[in-house]
Amino acid sequence: MLIKIAKPSDLRESDVTPESIYLSRRRFLGGVAGVGAGLALSGRVKASEDYSDVPSGDAPAWLDDKISQTRWRAVTPADPNKDALAPFDDASGYNNFYEFGTGKSDPAKRAGSLQTEPWSVVVDGEVNNGGRFTLEDFASPSQFEERIYRLRCVEAWSMVIPWLGISLSEVIRRADPTSKAKYVRFETLVDPEQMPGQRSSFALIDWPYVEGLRLDEAMHPLTILALGMYGRELPNQNGAPLRLVVPWKYGFKSIKSIVRISLVEEQPVNSWQLLAPNEYGFYANVNPEVDHPRWSQATERRLPNSLFSPNNIDTRMFNGYADEVAELYAGMDLSVHY
Amino acid sequence: MAKQEIKWRLWRVAVFLAALAPLVYWSFQVYQNAAGPEPGRYLLLNIGIGGLWLMLLTLSLTPLSKLTRWKGFALIRRQLGLWTLAYAVLHLCCYALFILGLDWALLGAEIVKRPYIIVGMLALLGLILLGATSNRAAMRKLGKRWKSLHKLAYPILALILLHFFWVVRADMAEWAGYAAVGALLLALRLPPIARTLPRLRYRVVTR
Repeated sequence: MLIKIAKPSDLRESDVTPESIYLSRRRFLGGVAGVGAGLALSGRVKASEDYSDVPSGDAPAWLDDKISQTRWRAVTPADPNKDALAPFDDASGYNNFYEFGTGKSDPAKRAGSLQTEPWSVVVDGEVNNGGRFTLEDFASPSQFEERIYRLRCVEAWSMVIPWLGISLSEVIRRADPTSKAKYVRFETLVDPEQMPGQRSSFALIDWPYVEGLRLDEAMHPLTILALGMYGRELPNQNGAPLRLVVPWKYGFKSIKSIVRISLVEEQPVNSWQLLAPNEYGFYANVNPEVDHPRWSQATERRLPNSLFSPNNIDTRMFNGYADEVAELYAGMDLSVHY
Repeated sequence: MAKQEIKWRLWRVAVFLAALAPLVYWSFQVYQNAAGPEPGRYLLLNIGIGGLWLMLLTLSLTPLSKLTRWKGFALIRRQLGLWTLAYAVLHLCCYALFILGLDWALLGAEIVKRPYIIVGMLALLGLILLGATSNRAAMRKLGKRWKSLHKLAYPILALILLHFFWVVRADMAEWAGYAAVGALLLALRLPPIARTLPRLRYRVVTR
């Protein structure tokens, strides 16, 4: 089943500013000589050419094959000028993946050695059709789509990232949940030998990293399992080879390097909720009205930014996806269910 | 100028340059676009940690001179103390300028609402007080009280560590390292331990 979410306000594929042009705009704004303003206004190129600056990865043949058949620009931001793509180097060089350290550049520095091939995913719990699948068997039946989503970190920064992935709802349907299945629980790989953050005796996170969604959230057409970004497979530091992307929730919900997906009856306790329940809830919907106890969530710094323009923009309810997802939370007090 | 005097002056200049160097390096990284997608936060965090280093170094000078009786340590105490203050001021400036974008209303709201910022501001106020009374005139005027006033450095260190503690989200290892050094430096001030430091040196020399 193919689900296409396009509102009348959505722009078409051809309206997206390609990354190379976005980059050159930045260079121009940075005042480096030699890049003219004319370039930023020049014609638009097709999706496949947008990522010519992105270093190619080392994906297995089946994944390359699936990526080449991607439905490009399946979901794009309504305003691609306001939501310009972050450069690949920033999206892959500046993120949180505590399994590899707590610094923003630690994942990029240390995740290189993570073995993502072979990889298998266990689907279990309240399903009729569970088991252990190779990543290929797990992902191949699904059509790959490119989804350009805003990613809003709970730390009040955000980036716009073009993911390549498959619909989670399709995966769940294939697993054939029983009537008892109410939630989906996800688990990240535990391997202290490969993941230095898991070796730290001062780590506050109780590994494995666990996340969860209500079944209707997991079945929502915006929710995807990503295997790639910027037209290639995921770099290790971004959660290769398989990660969740839930664009209306804070980034920590989008669990990385998934090895297990369980349909469960009880609401799972996610890692951050376990660590600091007064700061992080189960839902973690982006909400400008509910502050993190240690900082405001009313605004966010859209990255990349520069010294004298922090790019502080107003955070939108459900990260700007309210039209699509607000009904999931009708009647709920979101200051209680944060 | 006496040879000795030139030597001490050079030592002070070397310390000055060493304390300045990180600021130059970080600024250069930002200028080179090598500081990542959020250069303001890069400066904020590096200068914050740099300030903590300077605070710890400043507080290590008295135990070190007791231990070694080398005059050089005492000669740079005021300078390093003032560098700590400078880093702390720059740290706040980075926050106001690069994170909040000089939104004064937001700064006001954050200062009253966020415990870690309140604690950081208290530490900064303490450092300003110490910096303002670090000149000879103030020392003369305050007399004996100067020494007790400057013992404020100890609670200020504790506030800085608390400020850092409340920022950490997932792994205490780095914080624990700084806290351990800080605790050691404060423990060296406990009278029974402080008294044994010069004697330790005596033993080393006579052996």
